Amino acid sequence: MGNRAISSPRLFIECIVVIMSTGHVLLGLLAERPQHGYELKKEHDQRLAGAKPLAYGQVYATLQRLERDGFAEVAETRQEGGPERTLYAITEEGRAELERWLGTIEPPAPYVAGGLFARVAVAGKAADGYLVRQREAHLARMRELTAEKASGTPARVLAADYALQHLDADLRWIETALARMKEEGDHA
Amino acid sequence: MLEARGLSKSFGRARALDGVSVEIAPGEVVAVTGPSGAGKSTLLHCLAGVLRPESGEVVLDGRRIDTLGEAELTALRRQSFGIVFQFGELVPELSAVENVALPLLFNRHGRGEAMAAAAEWLERLEVADCADQRIGELSGGQRQRVAVARALVTGPRVVFADEPTGALDTLGGEQVMTAMLGAARAGGAAVVLVTHDNRVAAYADREITLRDGAVLAGVNP
Ligand SMILES: Nc1ncnc2c1ncn2[C@@H]1O[C@H](COP(=O)(O)OP(=O)(O)O)[C@@H](O)[C@H]1O
Ligand SMILES: [Mg+2]
Repeated sequence: MGNRAISSPRLFIECIVVIMSTGHVLLGLLAERPQHGYELKKEHDQRLAGAKPLAYGQVYATLQRLERDGFAEVAETRQEGGPERTLYAITEEGRAELERWLGTIEPPAPYVAGGLFARVAVAGKAADGYLVRQREAHLARMRELTAEKASGTPARVLAADYALQHLDADLRWIETALARMKEEGDHA
Repeated sequence: MLEARGLSKSFGRARALDGVSVEIAPGEVVAVTGPSGAGKSTLLHCLAGVLRPESGEVVLDGRRIDTLGEAELTALRRQSFGIVFQFGELVPELSAVENVALPLLFNRHGRGEAMAAAAEWLERLEVADCADQRIGELSGGQRQRVAVARALVTGPRVVFADEPTGALDTLGGEQVMTAMLGAARAGGAAVVLVTHDNRVAAYADREITLRDGAVLAGVNP
């Protein structure tokens, strides 16, 4: 999906989380049924409770980008006295892109929680395979960071601690999510 | 070197282990992780010859150990294994250095030799200052280092550690882990590390995850 001129590392990180997830989350919601922009906003804010609510402008900008990239299309346009309402639907290509995203693990680093959470919010129990692989990737990275600490400068050790504690927080969430999915599965 | 094949163990109706197989290579550090009640401690106790499985085998260097007689098993444990528990499990009536010397005395070393070796181990783990203190006078981190010294003093093939940092804060836990793994590596001992803390598991070369008494599929290489 599109990229933007990047001026600072902090902005870069926020852009990745925001741009990468929003398009895919909207695709995930469209995969369930065709929806209007305002429905998408409502669904998004509900599923990703705790994340920043989507601005309408961002919803429409994202939809336009999805349309431009061939991932979504206009299914219906209607105007009944009120404002024009456009119903969006996911395309075959969009489904393929969604599948690809759900199958891709995040590089284990602090700040990826947005993409991690978004996959589960969108895919629900279907994300359990993803979570198991993401957990392995997180643990592998934690092993590397722990090994680095043995020979690192004090500054490197502090940085490694910072990354380790954030990855650990992600991991504990992953484990809780897997346990909840299993519980739901047992009760179903 | 140490292998478990199809271990099962129940306590009453609770099936703590249900057909668990694992293999530990010489000098390897393996973390056993999983939620509380998953069977981690039971697996560790079966591997260490503290508990006997109902079915399955435990094999050390090609020799089956779960069927040994009590005396033979105790002797083997004292010679080949060292164990570190979450709360140290040290003898409160003895000083730190006496606690560390204990396994050597059990193995029929002379008292002078045992005390000298114990003092050396306390120094290696940077708790030489505590040598003559009673266990009750030590901090949690100091106790765990004494427990590590006691586990390593006999030069074991395998060190078993059950939540060794469970009672410590982050830095205290880190110091105990670094000291324990450094000493184990220097002595060529393998380490089986039970923990529910991923930051502790990250010290290991690899991980075995248990859930409901079984090895979780798809997680282990
Ligand atoms: N001595 C015991 N008596 C009765 N039940 C036990 C005993 N030891 C373990 N259990 C049971 O076996 C299961 C596994 O326990 P354990 O191996 O201690 O798990 P973990 O160390 O992963 O928390 C639990 O359901 C626990 O209640
Ligand atoms: Mg336990």
